[in-house]
Amino acid sequence: MSGGLYSMEAKNFDTELDLTKVKPYGDTMNDGKTQLSFTLPVPCGDEAIEAAKQLMKKMGFENPQVVYYKELTKGFTFFNCYGSTVHTVDYSTIYVPKVESNVMDMHETDEFIRERIGRKVVVVGASTGTDAHTVGIDAIMNMKGYAGHYGLERYEMIEALNMGAQVTNEDFIAKALEMKADVLLVSQTVTQKDVHIQNLTELVEMLEAEGLRDKMILCCGGARISHELAKELGYDAGFGMNTYADDVASYVVAELARRMGK
Amino acid sequence: MEKSKLGLDFKKVAYAKDLAKVISDQVQDFVSGYSTVACERTLCRLMGVDGIDESGVPLPNVLVDYLKEKGMLANGVLPVLGNAVMQTGKTPNEIAELVGKGELELSTLPQGDMEKAKEALQPFINQSMERIKANRKRRENYIETIGEGKKPYLYIIVATGNIYEDVIQAQAGARQGADIIAVIRTTGQSLLDYVPYGATTEGFGGTFATQENFRIMRKALDEVGEEVGRYIRLCNYCSGLCMPEIAVMGALEGLDVMLNDALYGILFRDINMQRTLIDQYFSRVINGFAGVIINTGEDNYLTTADAFEQAHTVLASDLINEQLAFAAGLPEEQMGLGHAFEMTPDLENGFLYELAQAQMIREIFPKAPLKYMPPTKFMTGNIFRGHIQDALFNEIAIWTGQGLQLLGMMTEAIHTPFMSDRYLSIENAQYIFKNMKNLGDDVEFKENGIIQTRAKKVLDDAIELLEKMTKEGLFSALEKGIFADIKRPFDGGKGLSGVFAKGENYYNPFIDLMKGKGGQE
Repeated sequence: MSGGLYSMEAKNFDTELDLTKVKPYGDTMNDGKTQLSFTLPVPCGDEAIEAAKQLMKKMGFENPQVVYYKELTKGFTFFNCYGSTVHTVDYSTIYVPKVESNVMDMHETDEFIRERIGRKVVVVGASTGTDAHTVGIDAIMNMKGYAGHYGLERYEMIEALNMGAQVTNEDFIAKALEMKADVLLVSQTVTQKDVHIQNLTELVEMLEAEGLRDKMILCCGGARISHELAKELGYDAGFGMNTYADDVASYVVAELARRMGK
Repeated sequence: MEKSKLGLDFKKVAYAKDLAKVISDQVQDFVSGYSTVACERTLCRLMGVDGIDESGVPLPNVLVDYLKEKGMLANGVLPVLGNAVMQTGKTPNEIAELVGKGELELSTLPQGDMEKAKEALQPFINQSMERIKANRKRRENYIETIGEGKKPYLYIIVATGNIYEDVIQAQAGARQGADIIAVIRTTGQSLLDYVPYGATTEGFGGTFATQENFRIMRKALDEVGEEVGRYIRLCNYCSGLCMPEIAVMGALEGLDVMLNDALYGILFRDINMQRTLIDQYFSRVINGFAGVIINTGEDNYLTTADAFEQAHTVLASDLINEQLAFAAGLPEEQMGLGHAFEMTPDLENGFLYELAQAQMIREIFPKAPLKYMPPTKFMTGNIFRGHIQDALFNEIAIWTGQGLQLLGMMTEAIHTPFMSDRYLSIENAQYIFKNMKNLGDDVEFKENGIIQTRAKKVLDDAIELLEKMTKEGLFSALEKGIFADIKRPFDGGKGLSGVFAKGENYYNPFIDLMKGKGGQE
C-alpha cells in the first residue's frame, strides 16, 4: 500500500481546479478520492481482498484500499474501500434538461392563477398500478404537505383530489374526465423490476388512445423519477427527490397559462 | 401494578381501557352477526381443502363461489360440506375437486340429518386441530431445547419476490443475528380475494404469501435455527381480503408472527370496514390458538399523519386493538401492538418525545411484545444520517423494553435492503442493545419534566378521543378520518360483496374450539 494514509510521497497531480476535468475531492483538489462499499459472493480471506482490489482497479481506481471487510454469511464478503479514480468528467459542457419554471410559493401561485387563469385549476393525483405507497403523492397533495411545503389541497385556487394508492390507470382517467382535470399527477414509489416504467407508459398509451393526452398536463414523480426520464416516457414533466408542492404547482400553472395563451 | 416512571395515573389507564372496551364491544356486536367469503374459505382450508382446479382457481374459492352463486352460503360452508361428506363418503377436498370439475352438484344432493352431517366432519376438524397444536408444540419444544434470542427480538424483512432467493437472504440474516424473518408480500396481494397456490418466484416488492412458500421458509428457518442455536421466528401478513385464510395457513405451517390489523387494511388498502373487521375476528381467534404473535399497524398512521401531533391516535388505536384482541381470546403475551419512531429529526427534543411515547406504550401494555417500527418517513437517502436515526431508535427500544424491533435500514427509501444493509443494521442494534442494556433500570425521569409531561398529555388526549368515539363508534370515527387523516365510508372500499348475514343454522365450531384455548402454554 504505497501512498497510504501517512505517505510523504509527493503527489504528482495538478491541484488546480479544471472544470473540463473534474474528479472527486477528498481533502485535496484532484485527489480523486472515493469511498465505496460492496459485497462479493466469495468467502472471506486474502483472495477476497485481492479480488476487491482488482475490481476497484477495473473500476478505474488507483491505489485501491480495503479498509474493512467482513463475511456476512458463508460465501459473501462485505468491503469498505477507498481509492483514487483516474477518470474525469467535463463539467463545462454538461446539459441537463430541467423543469423550467420560476418557483413560486403558495400565495404567489394562487395569485398567479387568479390573474392569469381566472378560475380554479383542477389537479388529480394518484399512486397508480399496484403501488401501495402514498408517501409521494401525499407529500405533494395533502393539506399538510411535507417538510414545511404546504400541499396542493391547501392552495385556494387549486381544486386538488388525491386518489391515494393502488389506483388503476382506468379509474384514474375516468376520475380525471369526471373532474375535468387540467393536471394529472402520478406518483410511483416501487421501482423494482422497472414496474413503474411499464405502468407510466401504459397511462400515456391509454390517454393517447382516447385522444386525451394533449388535453391535460401530465406529470409524474417519485424518488427514482427524473425530468429526463419523464420526458422520455411522454410526460410533460417529472419531479424527483427534493421537489415539493411548490415546484409542481409553479410548473403546472405556468404551463397551463402558456397553453391557454394567457 | 408497577410504579410508573412517567408518573402516569393508572386509574386513568384503566379508564382508557374501559372506554376502548365499549368501542370494541360495539364492533363485536356487529361482527358476531356476519360471516364473509374469506371466513368460509378458511373453514374449507380447515377441512383440508387445498389445491387448485384446472384453470388455477384455488379450491376453497371454487367451493365458496359455487355456494354463493347457488344461494347456499347463509349457514356457512360446513353444513353443506358435512352433508356432502355424509352422502358421498368422499373427503371435503375430493368434493371440492368434483365441484370444480362440474361433476358434483351440491344443490341437488339429498339433505340428511344436520347433526349427523356435522359428525361427518369431525375427523377433519380433529385433523387440523391436531396439526395446529403440533405446530405450537414444535415451537415450544424448539424454544426449550435450542433457545431463542433476547428481547427486543431483531426483526428483519426479506422481499426479493422469489421464495428461494428469500431463503438465502433469510438464512444469512439469521446467521447475522436476526430473530424474526418477515417475508414481505408482493405489492397488491392484500387486494386479491384468493390466496395463490404453490411456490412462487415472481413478485414486486415482495413475495406471494402461499402455503407452499410458508412451508419452504419454515423449513429453511428451522434448519438455520438449529445451526445457530436459536429459534428463528417466521412472520407474514394476514391482512387484506384473505385475512383469516392466511391466518389458518400460517397456523397449519407453523408461522410465529402475523401482521393482523383490520384498521390498517381499512385505512391504507381501502378495504371495506365491515368485511375486514369480521375477517379479523376469526383470524385473531386462529392466531390466538396457534400461539402466533399478532402485529398491529398503528405505526403506519404516522407515515401520513404527523407523529408528534397525532401520537394520541396511535395510543387510542392500540387500546382499541387490545380490546378487539381480547374479544377474540388472544392473550396479552401475543399482542404485538404497534408504534413507531417517526417524528421529524428537525424537532427539538424529538428524542425525548419519542422516549416518552415508547415508555408510555410500554407501561400501558406491560405484557405485550410491542412491535416498534423504525424511522421511514424522514429517511432521505443520506444513509449516514439514516444510520444515526436508526441508532436513536435502537436506544429507545432497549431503554424502554420493546418486544419486536423491526430494524431500520440506512438505505430505507432507496432500495430493498442489500445483504450488507441488513448486516450493518443488525450490528447497529446489537451494539446498542448490549452497550445500553440496563439503562432503563437505572435511569428515572424528572418529575414533571419534558418526558413525563409529554406522556401524560398523550394519554389525556387519547382518553378525550376515546370518549368521543364511545359515543360515535369506531365505524363513524373511521368515516370522519380520525386515524391517519384518512376517511373511509362504511359501505365503501373493497370486499363488501363478500359479507353476508349469518343464517339461523350458521355453523363454525372452530370459534368454540379455538377461542382463548391456545396461547403460549
